Amino acid sequence: MGRTLAEKVWDDHVVRRAEGEPDLLFIDLHLLHEVTSPQAFDGLRMNGRTVRRTDLTIATEDHNTPTLDIDKPIADPVSRTQLETLRKNCAEFGVRLHPLGDVEQGVVHVVGPQLGLTQPGTTVVCGDSHTSTHGAFGALAFGIGTSQVEHVLATQTLPMAPFRTMAVTVDGELPDGVTAKDLILAVIARIGTGGGQGYVIEYRGSAIEKLSMEARMTVCNMSIEAGARAGMIAPDQTTFDYLQGRVHAPKGEDWEAAVAYWKTLRTDEDAAFDHEVVIDASALTPFVTWGTNPGQGAPLSASVPDPASFADPSDRLAAENALTYMGLTAGQPLREVAVDTVFVGSCTNGRIEDLRAAASVVQGRKVADGVRMLVVPGSVRVALQAVEEGLDKVFTEAGAEWRHAGCSMCLGMNPDQLAPGERSASTSNRNFEGRQGKGGRTHLVSPQVAAATAVVGRLASPADLSDVPAPAEV
Amino acid sequence: MEAFTTHTGRAVPLRRSNVDTDQIIPAHWLKKVTRNGFEDGLFEAWRKDASFVLNAPERKGATVLVAGPDFGTGSSREHAVWALQNYGFKTVISSRFADIFRGNSLKNGLLTVVLPQETVEQLWKLVEADPAAEITVDLVAREVRAEGVTAPFELDDNARWRLLEGLDDISLTLGNEADIAAYEAHRPSWKPSTVQL
Repeated sequence: MGRTLAEKVWDDHVVRRAEGEPDLLFIDLHLLHEVTSPQAFDGLRMNGRTVRRTDLTIATEDHNTPTLDIDKPIADPVSRTQLETLRKNCAEFGVRLHPLGDVEQGVVHVVGPQLGLTQPGTTVVCGDSHTSTHGAFGALAFGIGTSQVEHVLATQTLPMAPFRTMAVTVDGELPDGVTAKDLILAVIARIGTGGGQGYVIEYRGSAIEKLSMEARMTVCNMSIEAGARAGMIAPDQTTFDYLQGRVHAPKGEDWEAAVAYWKTLRTDEDAAFDHEVVIDASALTPFVTWGTNPGQGAPLSASVPDPASFADPSDRLAAENALTYMGLTAGQPLREVAVDTVFVGSCTNGRIEDLRAAASVVQGRKVADGVRMLVVPGSVRVALQAVEEGLDKVFTEAGAEWRHAGCSMCLGMNPDQLAPGERSASTSNRNFEGRQGKGGRTHLVSPQVAAATAVVGRLASPADLSDVPAPAEV
Repeated sequence: MEAFTTHTGRAVPLRRSNVDTDQIIPAHWLKKVTRNGFEDGLFEAWRKDASFVLNAPERKGATVLVAGPDFGTGSSREHAVWALQNYGFKTVISSRFADIFRGNSLKNGLLTVVLPQETVEQLWKLVEADPAAEITVDLVAREVRAEGVTAPFELDDNARWRLLEGLDDISLTLGNEADIAAYEAHRPSWKPSTVQL
């Protein structure tokens, strides 16, 4: 019997397999940031332990970092302490760090791939649930807790419970204006926030193969919102082309050897998945969330659902709670929902292609009166590239705010937050209650929908802008 | 890690599904660099509502949380487990837990018990009708007991053993250091390295 991609990568990392024990897996790459690592380093110190493989460990600052005035001391003393703690820990234990102000700083899941550190067939972990992003390269990438961070620092391994396999096959052609974000939101709405629990998802099919690496990262990034342990896409020429020439990609003979191995990382024809989901790409449309978990989504053309339409009592109660929190009424067309804030950024949609897509929509147009649009690049490198292409000017001329790289309003650990009752269209990954600020209301959308929403002032797609003509030239 | 054998205590019925870790402990609490002091952050937003179940005087001192399906979804923050423990919870019962939350719980000795939704409903009704009703979570027998309820639960032998003994996973792994060294010796040279070039 053949093996799936996930099983192949797993098997290649088993350090120890013993009856009645979880497999002990070797970890190829450990990414750190300031929020989930301090207690792990404390644990090492208390037990007189060291970091086993500093050469497989890298840290950056992202969750807490401000996106304005980054040359000044951080105003919030607690945030400042957390960043200083990471700097001290990295210095003490010999871990490479890209702090605020460094050219390689950025959201940890943007930094790893752009450096070429995220590679096919590797195991990647980080104390952050969106580590699933790295699965876009055919890596087995898990979000972990702080105790596991300490475990990896000390041993470069993790005991891992067995997983089940799920195939999400997306065939057909994505219609114009329908993006990887719409695709994954539709997948989550289909299988539910717990539907992936215990599974590693492999996304496959012709629509997935046609996606760019950045779009694949958007898809894998949100696997966790379906409850999955990881999401993966088999590496192919698109993957190899993205990696070749990056700073930490293999070179020369190493490159040849690596590619030869990477080409073996495909699910065998006779392999069986524990569960399969099939999606027709051509039937997808721009998708938005109306509720307070990422599974509560609907096509933009739809209306806010009636909680009474949910058969499951706990789904019905969740929908009732969500509508109350979100200040929405059943039957209200989603296109009539007005927003205060638009956020473009995050590990889901903060890469250069996302910024290009958003810029192409606002180019020559203006952000609607009363709407604040924040554009936060995923990393300093993404910001530099955007500036080189003039995208920053496109955004600022439209009336948007161009900010410094970081996680920013995705989770509002820095000053970028929604005020109570404020509503956002956000390219991030979570619409939980209070996620973007206490009492804030979040609608998850693609960069294109975010940008069109900023122009119209209500949830909208670029197709809705035909009656808002762009000025002749800019 | 604190060992868990058996625990009996009063319960808090939390009739909500999809309780994500942002609700359990909001992000602004994550700036702390310790593992304690999170009790006031637990369910912070919901506790501002006087009618929230945790605010009821009769729930004071309860140690068993009985929650709706898909508890602990979202962020990997282990602070969610620390907040529940700092507040005084010893165990959480739900019909389904998010994987990362469950893993984090077991690492800290907070026992997460999976029971069918019907049993969760029974427990909710029991403790809503009688706030003084106690629930026993017996890891030795792998059984939850309360008035009118005897429900077996599953937990794999290895996880159960580590909890019963309160074992430290890192020490266990370092006991197999030779296996790690042997694996490292055969890793291909082209695997990624973070050494600055």
